[in-house]
Amino acid sequence: MTTLHVINKTPSESSALRDSLIAMSDGDALLLIENGVYATLPAYSEHFSRLTANVQCYLLTDDAQARGLNDLNQDFCGIDYDGFVELSCRYSKVVSWF
Amino acid sequence: MRENKKSFLIINRKAPYGSSAARDALDVALTFSVFEQPLSLLFMDDAVLQLLPNHQANTIGQKNLSANLAMLEMYDIDQLYVCRQALSERGIRPDQISLNITLLDTHAIAALIKQQDQVLSF
Amino acid sequence: MTTDNSTQPHALQVNGLAIPVDPEGYLRHLEDWNEAVATQLAAQEAIQLTEAHWEILRLLRQFYQQFEMSPAMRPLIKAITAELGSDKGKSIYLMSLFPGSPAKLASKIAGLPKPTNCL
Repeated sequence: MTTLHVINKTPSESSALRDSLIAMSDGDALLLIENGVYATLPAYSEHFSRLTANVQCYLLTDDAQARGLNDLNQDFCGIDYDGFVELSCRYSKVVSWF
Repeated sequence: MRENKKSFLIINRKAPYGSSAARDALDVALTFSVFEQPLSLLFMDDAVLQLLPNHQANTIGQKNLSANLAMLEMYDIDQLYVCRQALSERGIRPDQISLNITLLDTHAIAALIKQQDQVLSF
Repeated sequence: MTTDNSTQPHALQVNGLAIPVDPEGYLRHLEDWNEAVATQLAAQEAIQLTEAHWEILRLLRQFYQQFEMSPAMRPLIKAITAELGSDKGKSIYLMSLFPGSPAKLASKIAGLPKPTNCL
């Protein structure tokens, strides 16, 4: 049973990112949306250091570009809204952290 | 109008778009400018993320906050301050900010707040 | 005001086209604006557009393009002073062209949203 973890807060606005990273298993995926996309700033990279290569990281491209994050962090795969729907179906459940 | 000026400070602490806080603070600042009172804006905590340039907010159906912030100068709102520590925690260099803004260390923030007649926080 | 209540609750009729406007008569879509629309919007306010009006309208459109907001009176005057000189960057001059509330009225005719922070 795999899980898509969705985060919509900045690393300092709530413990959502920190808590979700603790709760992640191999084969899960992480998706950053809304203010969650700020976690891709290089300054926050250490948050992700303990993630295994088996956790795929995604971000919603529209939310990143809206905020002026135009040089997308290469560790994250940018997706559109159709991709969001596709991911939600691919994993057996979705957990929203906020 | 009586020459009885009060100084106001608007504190911004939230990232843009995720909530209406940044928009609300800007609306209050623009409205305040009509009264020609000394007005300062301080960006600290996640609000420094508002200062990243080149937002493309139309992708999420919102108004472009970075374009709107560039307009502050046209309203003669030029006392703009940003917390140096909040910038460095997020890896934002001062030269990435296109606004004419003053960097403040934490002790200077305390001093800025202390000298105001009124402070509004968003 | 010419309205077609059967299709659009609020619309401006220009050359046979129904241009959607809000209840206060501001264009709903920035890109619907053209000279014919501006002339019609002005006519509703009993204003006949002259070159003196047009240069303000063009400047307003430019302001909106840059800052994505309609200016209140003070920034409008500041922009006009910078572009067209201090003789025109005066509220009395704007009042003569767009009587009443110049910032609101000129924004409306320029096809922009209502200035939100106009008191």
